[in-house]
Amino acid sequence: MPTKTYAGVEVPVDDEGYLTDSSRWNREVGQAIAEELGLELTDEHWKLIDFARSDYAERGQTPGLRRMAANTGVGMKDIYRLFPKGPGKLIAKVAGVPKPKSCI
Amino acid sequence: MSENSLKRISIICSKGSLDMAYPGLILANAARMSGIEAMLFFTFWGLDIVNEKKVDDLHLSVLGNPSMPIPAMIAGLPGVEHLATAQMKKEMEKLDIPSVREMLSILDDAGAELYACQLAMDMFKLERSDLVPQVREVISAMDFFDKTGDAQIIFI
Repeated sequence: MPTKTYAGVEVPVDDEGYLTDSSRWNREVGQAIAEELGLELTDEHWKLIDFARSDYAERGQTPGLRRMAANTGVGMKDIYRLFPKGPGKLIAKVAGVPKPKSCI
Repeated sequence: MSENSLKRISIICSKGSLDMAYPGLILANAARMSGIEAMLFFTFWGLDIVNEKKVDDLHLSVLGNPSMPIPAMIAGLPGVEHLATAQMKKEMEKLDIPSVREMLSILDDAGAELYACQLAMDMFKLERSDLVPQVREVISAMDFFDKTGDAQIIFI
């Protein structure tokens, strides 16, 4: 399994760059992944990232965007404004959780 | 880091039954979630999906559908289609799949482009005001190709 080093932490990733062990993540790692993806994180970004992590920890699966919008107060339009290059993938990547299975 | 080589998809929705509506809408949404541009072109019976009067009342196609676990003789009886549709809607609600109307609104928020076919509109005597607000424009088949650009086309 390939590994990558973010913020001095070596983390295992899959072929698409998603962390395969979400427990190795910390906020600095998330920040470094975001920088690699060309994202400048604001509080709104973190609201989504934090929810993706807590929901994954609770339910064992990455939430879809509709679920994120319903639970964070960040609307669907804003989700796309914050992660214009594909929020379904990018939020999961920065949050260190698997690619969501939900298509919605 | 794998990048999508697919940049844009163009989906033609030509059928108005519930089971033909969702695939196009969900594919388009998954594309937007992945950072792929998506446009939808509603034509012929597909116009029902964006028709204000019909969008909340799309039905399953029961008759002539070989995947339906209902014998054709029974499928044709009055009320069976309603029953099957209600049953499927209930199942979808359990899985938290949004209604068609909500899917259209999600797609619009996600930046997917929705277009309706002019010729089909004329055929069914529909006006722009008969369509849901998420439809950006009523366009011709030639406009469709202009807007599709070099996108992959999917016909449903």
